[in-house]
Amino acid sequence: MAEDPYQVLGVARDASPEAIKAAYRKLARKHHPDLNPGKPEAEARFKAVSTAHDLISDPERRARFDRGEIDAQGQEQAPAGTYRRHAEQPQGARYGQRPDAEMFDDLFSDIFRARQRAENAPARGADESYRLAVPFLHAVQGATEQLTLPDGRVLSVKIPPGISSGQVLRLRGQGGAGRRSGPAGDALIEVDVAGDPRWRREGHDLHMTLPVSLKEAVLGGPVLVPTPSGPLRVTLPAGSDTGRQIRLRGKGIAAHGERAAGDLFLTLSVVLGASDPALEAFLRTWEPAEPSNPRAGTEEVT
Amino acid sequence: MITIEVLCARFATLRADDLLRWIAEGHVRPDRAADDLVFTEIDVERVRLILDLRDVMLVNEEALPVVLSLLDQLYELRRRLREMGVEPDATR
Repeated sequence: MAEDPYQVLGVARDASPEAIKAAYRKLARKHHPDLNPGKPEAEARFKAVSTAHDLISDPERRARFDRGEIDAQGQEQAPAGTYRRHAEQPQGARYGQRPDAEMFDDLFSDIFRARQRAENAPARGADESYRLAVPFLHAVQGATEQLTLPDGRVLSVKIPPGISSGQVLRLRGQGGAGRRSGPAGDALIEVDVAGDPRWRREGHDLHMTLPVSLKEAVLGGPVLVPTPSGPLRVTLPAGSDTGRQIRLRGKGIAAHGERAAGDLFLTLSVVLGASDPALEAFLRTWEPAEPSNPRAGTEEVT
Repeated sequence: MITIEVLCARFATLRADDLLRWIAEGHVRPDRAADDLVFTEIDVERVRLILDLRDVMLVNEEALPVVLSLLDQLYELRRRLREMGVEPDATR
């Protein structure tokens, strides 16, 4: 069982933190083992003093000790007074009487100068990383996004068309400030492109399913197709069945630099809609001119 | 190998410019390998002692050489006694 830390330090139980610190300094000066190599009892004393100080210099632990939640043992602290163990051995001769006061400065002067130079040399600022959420259409068409930094600066980030999630844009000189007139670092902006329920990206092309009515599918005709650049009137050929693909050239990801624009692929999907008595009546009497089985080739399961 | 960076990382309160000044004054005496300072365990403990003197015992920079010089003489004496076959603490 360790001694009462207040007794060890010789302070009252309601001593102020300053009084505790002062008592600790006084005892440390007296008992530090490296200052008392011939007195093994100094080491034990100093250890007790340090343990007591560790415990009651921390307000939280002091309160817990006062409430009886923890005992006076405290935790093992960093070893103090281990210099002594080296100095007592032959290797202690390293710190024998100094031969010449100027010697050490001369001995390492070139290293000191080199470090000094390195510390005074201009240093580039650090790169700083940010994330930026980009709406689907902005990634398709290209856009300029505003990114507000934690320090209040607002960066204009040019989003090139065709960018995808995980790509990193580098804004030169927009990162951390350089030191001693060194250049600023870069801002590295990782983009996160949102999805869109209407379109699916495949490389630089877009795919979408276009619902068409039975009448549009059978007779063909103009339909309005939503494209990233706005609604587009497309004329369906007659007899456009479910699954038929229509390519709209250049209506995918916008062109960028040397790269041409991607295409938009429509995949038709016939939708019957609400039941219609007239249609039902017609179909009951309708005999196809060329009967066909849409399930031909699927009867046999092998 | 203990470099100046390793040493500074080991002690939260140690700053490189303080350490370099102590080296220039001869309070800490590392070896050198090419263009780098190399520290041994005794240097690490010496730094710990100097930090104790400064931060705990409030020995200021002007008094530091006095304290270290007295300590160095004390340990020098004790090593010499041991070389002569005398255990310093045995005769008390």
